[in-house]
Amino acid sequence: MTDRRPPPARKKARFTPFDFLMFGILIAGMIYIVYRVDQVLVYHWEWHTVFEYVVRRDETGALVPNVLLTGLMSTLRLAFWGTIAAAIIGLVTGLCRTSSNLFLRSVARLYVELIRNIPPLVFIFVFYFFISGQIMPALGIDEFVRSASPESAAVVELLFSPIGLFSNFLAGVICLSLFEGAYISEIVRAGIQSIEKGQWEAARAIGLSRFNVLRDVILPQAIRKILPPLAGQFITLVKDSAIVSLISIQELTYVATEVAATTTRVFETWIIVGFLYFAVCYSLALLFGRLEKKMQTGRR
Amino acid sequence: MNDTNPMLEMRGVGKWYGDFCALYDVNLKLQRAERMVICGPSGSGKSTVIRCVNRLEEHQAGQILLDGVELTEDTRNIERVRREVGMVFQHFNLFPHLSILDNLTLGPIRNLKMPKKEARELALHYLERVRIAEQAGKYPGEMSGGQQQRVAIARALCMKPKLMLFDEPTSALDPEMISGVLDVMVELAGDGMTMICVTHEMGFAREVADTMVFMDRGEIVEVGPPSEFFNNPTSDRARLFLSQILSHH
Repeated sequence: MTDRRPPPARKKARFTPFDFLMFGILIAGMIYIVYRVDQVLVYHWEWHTVFEYVVRRDETGALVPNVLLTGLMSTLRLAFWGTIAAAIIGLVTGLCRTSSNLFLRSVARLYVELIRNIPPLVFIFVFYFFISGQIMPALGIDEFVRSASPESAAVVELLFSPIGLFSNFLAGVICLSLFEGAYISEIVRAGIQSIEKGQWEAARAIGLSRFNVLRDVILPQAIRKILPPLAGQFITLVKDSAIVSLISIQELTYVATEVAATTTRVFETWIIVGFLYFAVCYSLALLFGRLEKKMQTGRR
Repeated sequence: MNDTNPMLEMRGVGKWYGDFCALYDVNLKLQRAERMVICGPSGSGKSTVIRCVNRLEEHQAGQILLDGVELTEDTRNIERVRREVGMVFQHFNLFPHLSILDNLTLGPIRNLKMPKKEARELALHYLERVRIAEQAGKYPGEMSGGQQQRVAIARALCMKPKLMLFDEPTSALDPEMISGVLDVMVELAGDGMTMICVTHEMGFAREVADTMVFMDRGEIVEVGPPSEFFNNPTSDRARLFLSQILSHH
């Protein structure tokens, strides 16, 4: 035991000359594009015009957020509530799909297949006009919100949307979460089914009810496995929230369309908007990455 | 629930997977404190028999009575039966995300609504009995197969079962781990636990069993005390099986 030789040195990952060649080609390509835009297309960049729509100076000269930032805030609110609702819908329908009850299984299956096989745009149009045209008036949501006291109205504006647009916002959240919920449902189902049969059997053998088997044994293990695809789906939800701009919800993409139209600075607007989306989504990715690491150190 | 009932009675139990007949007309009686060992070639239905007892498999014909109460489809009936019957699996099936202690206390806390502190004491008591109390804080993945199987036995015991079922408890173990698990099972038998054990450990069977059951192709071929079964098996199938399994011992 005493005079064993030390373990061999680990191989380090390293770029090869071929990799450097590829980098060179990529950089040359980018320089060429910049050159084309700058010299051949003769496009005059006017970043400041669009920046004014991100933040502007008010009468006193203080910087205040302008429409693009408030649009971003709407996107974040939309994504926040959409994520919560989609997670609940996905969990419930995912559980239904693994149920022994044929009725629950069929209904959940119908929902998932319906949504996954319709383009998101078509789904949103059909559903939005149904929800906002029929259901919202029937429930009297708008009257209810308008009758709220000034204090609760302020809370609603902070958490959701301007009072006058509340039912619109709600319809957007419902559309988005129904749409993403179908994909989360599939992830949840796959996660539950990936837990080996022996775990179910052992949990049942000590007499746990189906609810307790799921809560104490199956879901805690499944959640570790599905965290990466789940994180991906939540980030997709943020990006997909752009489609509700089509039903006049004034989130980032909707506002950007208007800014691009008024300023005619199309490239600048969309590049800035792209950067804003990237910043949000990449931060989320980092956050989920951390959570994943933390869960893995919770030992197996 | 009186003492004249057998602990377990199976009457004409049958089970099919599609067209394949897994169990056919199985009749068994198990008295209190009786130790039964079921053996037979692979695919003979021995695991299926004990899995029907706590309804991890559903029998399709006949009756199964546990302590005089018939097993039905009713969920509450099934859960009650499972709480009274402990089971140990070939692959341990410990919950990998829970510590050893939490593996043991989950059943008592959830089913018997036992306070946490009391469940903890109970768990430590049984971990002591299977001689791994000092590892209560570890996770299953950090233990050897033999240790995991002893934890699995302790987990089943925490529900204070009337009957213990062992489904090939040593088949997945490295050879040097087997005796530790068998020792625990012998001790348990010595304490008067009623048990049914599916195993290929013929030494254990000879030492512990009151009754040997030999199965082949879903049927019970032979039932009797080990002395008779090992020395004078009556059927050709049992004789063949014994010659195959004992030839290397």
